[in-house]
Amino acid sequence: MARRPHHPGGDTAVDRLARQVAQELGGAPGFSRRSFLRASGFGALVLGSGGLLAACGTEGTQQSADSCTSEDLSDSEKKLIFSNWPLYMDEKGKRYPTLEDFQSETGIDVTYNTDVNGNNEFFAKVRNQLGACEPIDRDLMVLTDWMAARMVGLGWLQELDTDAMPNVSANLVESLRSPDWDPDRKHSVPWQSGLTGIAYNSKFTGKVSSFEELLTRGDLKGKVSLLNEMGDTMSFLLTMTGADPSDFSDDEWGAALERMEEAVASGQIRQFTGNDYTRPLNNGDVLACEAWSGDIIALQYDNPDIEFVVPEEGMVLWSDNMLVPNKAAHKANAEKLMDYYYEPEVAARLAAWVNYICPVQGAEEAMAEVDDSLVGNPLIFPTEEDLAGTFTFMSTDTKTREGFEKDFNRVIGA
Amino acid sequence: MSDTEERRGGLVGYVLLLPAGAWLTLFFVVPLVTLVSTSFYDPAGSLELGYRVTGQVTNYASVLSDYSEQFLRSLGYAATATLVCVLLGYPLAYAIAFKAGRWRNLMLVAVIAPFFTSFLIRTLSWQLILADQGWVVDTLQFLHLLGEDGRLLATPVAVVTGITYNFLPFMVLPLYASLEKIDPRLIEAGSDLYASPFTTFRTVTLPLSLPGLVAGTLLTFIPAAGDYINAQLLGNTRTQMIGNVIQKLFDGGSYPEAAALSVTLMAVIVVLVLAYVRRAGTEDLV
Repeated sequence: MARRPHHPGGDTAVDRLARQVAQELGGAPGFSRRSFLRASGFGALVLGSGGLLAACGTEGTQQSADSCTSEDLSDSEKKLIFSNWPLYMDEKGKRYPTLEDFQSETGIDVTYNTDVNGNNEFFAKVRNQLGACEPIDRDLMVLTDWMAARMVGLGWLQELDTDAMPNVSANLVESLRSPDWDPDRKHSVPWQSGLTGIAYNSKFTGKVSSFEELLTRGDLKGKVSLLNEMGDTMSFLLTMTGADPSDFSDDEWGAALERMEEAVASGQIRQFTGNDYTRPLNNGDVLACEAWSGDIIALQYDNPDIEFVVPEEGMVLWSDNMLVPNKAAHKANAEKLMDYYYEPEVAARLAAWVNYICPVQGAEEAMAEVDDSLVGNPLIFPTEEDLAGTFTFMSTDTKTREGFEKDFNRVIGA
Repeated sequence: MSDTEERRGGLVGYVLLLPAGAWLTLFFVVPLVTLVSTSFYDPAGSLELGYRVTGQVTNYASVLSDYSEQFLRSLGYAATATLVCVLLGYPLAYAIAFKAGRWRNLMLVAVIAPFFTSFLIRTLSWQLILADQGWVVDTLQFLHLLGEDGRLLATPVAVVTGITYNFLPFMVLPLYASLEKIDPRLIEAGSDLYASPFTTFRTVTLPLSLPGLVAGTLLTFIPAAGDYINAQLLGNTRTQMIGNVIQKLFDGGSYPEAAALSVTLMAVIVVLVLAYVRRAGTEDLV
């Protein structure tokens, strides 16, 4: 705060107050109601393609290869802008070793941004440009299956040249070759996969072996957290109520919601969280939770009391995918990078750091050179058998998905 | 001649208003119009097909029936926090204004000092303080003020505590500003006229500090009602506030409903504030 004069002669109290308050509001972003309004105002501005136009509604945002053509400048511009999730690339200090090797190998200058913090959030950020066939200044981005499916459906992604990526064609694991939303992998290449299961802190509680236990066991009351990722959490609830998460009816959805509502009303669930569940789990505020495999492996290095379990109901299997958006000007460079990460040695170095499931065949053999202790780790190199009991949430169109999200949010209390 | 001068003066006034006016038009009026129009989108639309404005109020009806609980809770939490802020802030502001002597500036700095740290970090540190395995809970359990399996974090108490903590300076500063302005001779005159200290306070100090009190309650209540960080970080599934709902709806792509809730929140707060200010008889403050 600026130094206050001792004798503010002449100033009225209101003047001074206004100044003080203005200083305070200015000094604490994201804090005041005013900036809250400003934030939602920005959001609203983003909604309408330009101010008052929105007063008459919005245009559709469907694109196709004909309506939105992109030009590739890779031959003349040796660069690439890559948007990924935080902590999703091998790090050494402030450097990214595998990415640096790629740059020196190919001479392509990669701008690496960790600006994907959530699928919905990222979608909100780019939907206006992509919907209007405008560039988003990114050549490559990593998004989860259901969001990738949504973008494929919206025609917002460029088709990839599979011939330019021989490693991908040769080394992509069988189980990920043809998802229902992109059967020939024409628009996407998996970055990493992961499993959603249960984690518990064995210092404070005994083994938790099923979701049923998680939602009902008395000694866990108020000490359980679930993920606010709708698809993951509701997949478990659907399984618990006897439905198939990848293909369910409205009634089955209703039953699963009701089961969720019960669990919330009973006070069993402390919180719904994003990535931020690891700290309370680590210090014992949360005894058991729904968790992502890679997070837990990473947490176990620091805290051996943390255990990951495969719930009796099964696990959710998901992938994050590399995608090239419309109007990205360096598609060929992006393809080179995707191909590079499908070299088994590179994939092993990456997997050894991020600890998620490696989608690259041959990486397990290469891992022996990198970190022997991770060879045979079923959470990084699961066998077909391990993956047999996994499920994924039904992929749907945007509107249906919005409805699911809304129902889910209503039931979890916000 | 004086006529021209006046006219030029008027013109200068408008020119001076221009930058801020343009800024506010671009970043406040336009978004506000968009927000309101978004809230009237036909919910039958979708991103693929686009939305049409059909002048329906279905969005308002559905959010009010789905989220009235969180709405009332937000107003309740904000009111409670504001009340606690008055109870804590008034004595503090009074002490700084009248009793602090040479410590006054230091104490004012102490009130402001938390703002040197980010709002998020301050709220996150409450997670550590109130943690289930933390010393505060341990101590309260030792003193049998909290049951064996009782907790503070992820309870309504934690949320209201967080809001109170975060907004307390907004109460203290305006109160201090109006208390400090009171001429001490008025208070002396009170006791000269045989009023007890309490009567003097009630009939002299309190009425004179009323503008500060009104400003303080507004500056606390309004942002508190729309806050979502405290409920997010310190609350549980049953302490979610209206800000959390709006954020989740926005995140999940239900923009029309998020907009309808935002507009409703704004309208409710404007009405409450107008009623309050009218009642307090200090229209000149707003």
